[in-house]
Amino acid sequence: MIYVVIIFLWTAILLYLILGGADFGAGILELFTSDANKKKTRKTMYRAIGPIWEANHMWLIIAIVILFVGFPKIYTTMSIHMHIPLVLMLLGIIARGTAFTFRHYDAVKDDMQEVYNTIFVYSSFITPLFLGIIAGSTVTGKIDPSATNFLDAYIFSWLNGFSFAVGLFTVTICGFLAAVFIIGQTPEKSERERFIKKAKAFNVMAVVAGLLVFIISLIEKIPLTTWVFDNWPGTLAFSLATISVVILWCIWKTERTNLMRFLAGFQVTMILFITTWKHYPNIVLLKNGDALSLLQEQGSEKTIDSLGWALLLGSVFILPTLVYLIYSFQKTQPKSV
Amino acid sequence: MDDFIAARSQMALSMAFHIVFACIGMVMPFFMAVSHYLYLQTNNITYRNITQAWTKGVAIFFATGAVSGTVLSFELGLLWPKFMEHAGPIFGMPFSLEGTAFFIEAIALGFYLYGWDRFNKWFHWFTGVVVGVSGLASGILVVAANAWMNSPAGFDYIDGQYLNVDPIAAMFNDAWFSQALHMCIAAFVATGFAVAGIHALMILKKQSNDFHTKAFKIAAIFGTIAAVLQPLSGDISAKFVAKNQPAKLAAMEAHFHTQKNAPLIIGGIPNTETGEVKYALKIPGALSFMTHGDFNAEVIGLDQIPKENQPPVAIVHYAFQIMVGIGMLLMAISFAYFIALWKKKNWLKKDWLLKLFVVATPLGFIAVEAGWTVTEVGRQPWIIKDVMRTIDAVTPMPGIIYSFYMFTAVYISLSFIVAFMLYRQIKMVPQLYDLPKTTDKKP
Repeated sequence: MIYVVIIFLWTAILLYLILGGADFGAGILELFTSDANKKKTRKTMYRAIGPIWEANHMWLIIAIVILFVGFPKIYTTMSIHMHIPLVLMLLGIIARGTAFTFRHYDAVKDDMQEVYNTIFVYSSFITPLFLGIIAGSTVTGKIDPSATNFLDAYIFSWLNGFSFAVGLFTVTICGFLAAVFIIGQTPEKSERERFIKKAKAFNVMAVVAGLLVFIISLIEKIPLTTWVFDNWPGTLAFSLATISVVILWCIWKTERTNLMRFLAGFQVTMILFITTWKHYPNIVLLKNGDALSLLQEQGSEKTIDSLGWALLLGSVFILPTLVYLIYSFQKTQPKSV
Repeated sequence: MDDFIAARSQMALSMAFHIVFACIGMVMPFFMAVSHYLYLQTNNITYRNITQAWTKGVAIFFATGAVSGTVLSFELGLLWPKFMEHAGPIFGMPFSLEGTAFFIEAIALGFYLYGWDRFNKWFHWFTGVVVGVSGLASGILVVAANAWMNSPAGFDYIDGQYLNVDPIAAMFNDAWFSQALHMCIAAFVATGFAVAGIHALMILKKQSNDFHTKAFKIAAIFGTIAAVLQPLSGDISAKFVAKNQPAKLAAMEAHFHTQKNAPLIIGGIPNTETGEVKYALKIPGALSFMTHGDFNAEVIGLDQIPKENQPPVAIVHYAFQIMVGIGMLLMAISFAYFIALWKKKNWLKKDWLLKLFVVATPLGFIAVEAGWTVTEVGRQPWIIKDVMRTIDAVTPMPGIIYSFYMFTAVYISLSFIVAFMLYRQIKMVPQLYDLPKTTDKKP
């Protein structure tokens, strides 16, 4: 059953990265859209994510619940040493969710809209940035449970170039996912071309940010290249991701929007695979060379069993209804309000 | 303020904020569903307008409740890591199930908000009901987890170790039923009276009368029925607390001295040093009867509880008095409303009845907050009753005070914005819904 739980954890993180990421990306795109086109972009995006955005963020809750029920030591170690970036991420989540809803449901559309818009776009940027910083920090080996001074325990655990680069990389991926997703959401040709341009730009930015991650890993002596390339699954996943980028660039001009979405999702899946495969079952590397392992820090057998069953039972209810939700609103676009 | 108090304050603030949105998010869908049902049955456009207006409210409250709930799931670890390290695997079962319920709620809400004129109308209506049912299920599950802290079960605590963990037994701990029942009814009382009060105010202001009268009636019926049932569930809770947490009960009642034929102490100023309650109204034997069903039963007082295990008396006592006082008042208003509905129809047109509802608008939520104060402060100094002290659970990270200030600022501004938006929604009712429109407005 432990493997069922681990698969659910990984899948929840992946789906949060893809669906939640595209959702954050919607705000990031808005941030990088000229004022002239902002209104139109906002409308298209609202139609695309309106009905599903709440559901997209549930994956984070699922992942966090799996962690604190099944792997409490991992959850609490992260909670202690990532306290500051977690709080900043939470502020982003609060600001973003409320601003998105408020700007749509405010009965009077006046200057307050600008306030909501500003909060929405900046928090859409900040939240994945800190998510990425936290993710990066799990492998930098800077987390030191025996640290005695404030800086080592609570600041340098996450404040370093590598984590920051991973944060930027996450942001660009979110923007990329949103742009690719949205291409298929608009029937207008000029709109579509604008989003293709955005998707290309974010793809380039993601590659640059990815390179930055590698460069900083060399500077800060994090053996990232070894982790990716010293094993065949990592190398294979890296090659497949690269090939899918090439394919994507060949089909921009076509109407195959679903294939584009698939390729973008596939790339993200490969990235998560590469970054988690090498360390599995470890997910947090500590300063003293130890690591927190999913197979060692698990709760009692009964806990894992009941958690696994709860997840299996939950997915019987969730997955079909979620698929139907997405399907329904893909088939007929939500009417604009 | 030291870090420990700051951490407790931040947790209290986050919960106090979240509970309002959680209550509305789990109760309003039922109001919506009733109004929607009436629209489908009668084709009266006013009911459709009410449903859509409420739906906008639900969307705002749900989103705020969802983010503040997400924050809480992190705060458990951010503020109480030692607690979560041990408690997570034991009381996690309701949270794992709640994840599903919450997810279903979000999916159903997506269907409901965007589904007008798009799906079969009964399927659309049904998704609204699902929002309510799954919201209520989430509420029950989360309260079951809280109940475990008051009534730990499903493990053996031996030499500081948590052994033989049984998450199912932990979920169905002794307190889950009485607490969940009390909270669910409270959510209906608070939301019912809050919504009814706002519509009553608009009726008094003579705005969109048909709209507000119909809306008032739906909310008032839910709120008043719940208010009349609540004392029964309160009785179940009190009897359970008397048995399970005598220290909490003693603090609630400011009952210092163990005695038979114990008096019920109403109001007063408790003095923990002398063990006296000044200026209080005392009803002889009533406490014994209410907690044990026998006027001569012995009720354990604070004198039987070691000093270091006593909760703060004054806060718990006052909070309890506020909760019960409001409960009684709302029950009285409810009876007046029932008389108006069945016997004296002309009362329904009278301003005084509506004014009573206007006054009662915030009271249900004040009672909810007071009730949670009783539960949480009354359990102190324990985070897991008789197993782990709250002070041993707190994060080692210093400077929590700043995080507390920041969250305070965030939650206060959010409260203002939500209130401001609500005000605007209500102000716009005449413009949005009074004139019959050729094209329907969709939320």
